[in-house]
Amino acid sequence: MSKVVTMGEAVGRLVADGDSVAIEGFTHLICHAAGHELIRQRRRNITLCRLTPDVIGDQLAAAGVISRLVFSWMGNPGAGSLHALRRRIEHADPEPLEIEEYSHFGMVCRYTAGAAGLPFFPLRSYSGSDLPTANPRIVPVQDPYNGEALYAVPPLNPDVAIVHVQRASAEGDAQVWGLLGCQKEAAFAARRVIVVCEEVVPESVVRADPNRTLIPAPIVDAVVEAPGGCHPSFVQGYYDRDNRFYLDWEPISRDPAAVAAWLDEWVYSLEDHAEYRAKLGAERWATLAPGEGWSAPVNYGSYR
Amino acid sequence: MTWTSNELMVAAAARRLAGERVCFVGIGLPNLACSLAQRTVEPNLELVYESGAVGARPERLPISIGDPCLVAGCRSVASQFDLFALYLQGGRVDVGFLGAAQIDRRGAINTTVIGPYGQPKVRLPGSGGACDIAVLASKVFVIMPQSTRSFVPRVEFVTSPGHFPGRRAPGGGPDTVVTQLGVYRFVEGEMTLTSLHPGATLDQVRAACGWDLAVAPDLGETPPPTEGELVALRALDPERVYLG
Repeated sequence: MSKVVTMGEAVGRLVADGDSVAIEGFTHLICHAAGHELIRQRRRNITLCRLTPDVIGDQLAAAGVISRLVFSWMGNPGAGSLHALRRRIEHADPEPLEIEEYSHFGMVCRYTAGAAGLPFFPLRSYSGSDLPTANPRIVPVQDPYNGEALYAVPPLNPDVAIVHVQRASAEGDAQVWGLLGCQKEAAFAARRVIVVCEEVVPESVVRADPNRTLIPAPIVDAVVEAPGGCHPSFVQGYYDRDNRFYLDWEPISRDPAAVAAWLDEWVYSLEDHAEYRAKLGAERWATLAPGEGWSAPVNYGSYR
Repeated sequence: MTWTSNELMVAAAARRLAGERVCFVGIGLPNLACSLAQRTVEPNLELVYESGAVGARPERLPISIGDPCLVAGCRSVASQFDLFALYLQGGRVDVGFLGAAQIDRRGAINTTVIGPYGQPKVRLPGSGGACDIAVLASKVFVIMPQSTRSFVPRVEFVTSPGHFPGRRAPGGGPDTVVTQLGVYRFVEGEMTLTSLHPGATLDQVRAACGWDLAVAPDLGETPPPTEGELVALRALDPERVYLG
């Protein structure tokens, strides 16, 4: 059964005000198209769960979509700061933003516990760090067998996980190559899952290469085809990271009026992500083309 | 060949990687130092990145920790759970190589906040994987520019722990710090100047340090960068993104 819908329908039907939403993807596969749709549909009081909020977190903070952030590293990688987020955290400008902070390993363990149905996840990090003081949900626990002091983090079960992938079947089998981040754990931990893909492919493509399937259709609620939907983030083999955008975002992010103007021009006044992609222009997309680097096919055999 | 203090800093850091096998790499200066080490003292150095790239051989300078050039041609791509749990916590990482904005005499690093946590004056990015690396890597190297603002007696917030009484972490903690002025090791948990870079004076180092600095009795002088190191380094960062 096909679950293919537009981004507008997927977000409209599956994301409600007040939801916690994981938009994962570690530098790779960050679904800006979904973030823009949350902004366009003026969702409010969203808790954003993301290891690295990145530019999309800054935009969601500036647009007033999020009221809470669960994260582990908040910067504009290689380019500077996320100033809209910082304004809200440092000066409650224009409104406060609640934060819940971990390390990367802590966040990954939270999703893992959430996905595996565990009440907590133990890890050997944090000893000597002030993070457990800043965040009382990172708690000391004792190894029940040997008595060693460990820390535990609670499960993270987002209402919705939004995961961008290279290709998916219409039913929702999602295939990824390149950096995997913690999307599998985030999707299995979530109550609802939206898969966004560069291309919808026939189910036979998936079944011919099942090792590449990160997220299986039975846990997926909607499939959205949004080529280019990660820009300015990247999709391995499809387009490179648009570093110019990240650098350009630094001065925009510093100026609330410039952020508002950017959101008007690139989100509110566009119907959907296809218009964003067209507006960016073929020339810009051409600079992001990654060339070719194919892997050898593997033989799964034929067993009849 | 003339050289800059940044080039010397990266070259000195790269030399420390001689004999190491697996290095968990932060982006920026640490990445540059590790890439240089692969081309000079330690061709077999395995680079692992918190994004999941294992055994990376980047053909261009990675712009971020998750640059696609780290994936193309790498040995394996691990999920982040596997990377942190099996590689790092599993004890498979010899050196964690970090950058830092603020460090103290015990090697604790603050990348979280200036001012009170609940009412920050400046909100910094946070831990990322740094806290995990500082606790779990067998040893930790740090490369960073040094000034009284970055070398403080005690960090306001310990993101990544250094040495402290009763430290019971799986990893050994901070081992080496390299700045534009010198190389530091930890002696009984105290950051100690062990090598002065050519052109730098002891007075200069002390003036760029926020506490009464310990100096090793057998203080050495860092050899200047060789022509081979400089050629390799400039080829790695032709636009001088990190070299300045």
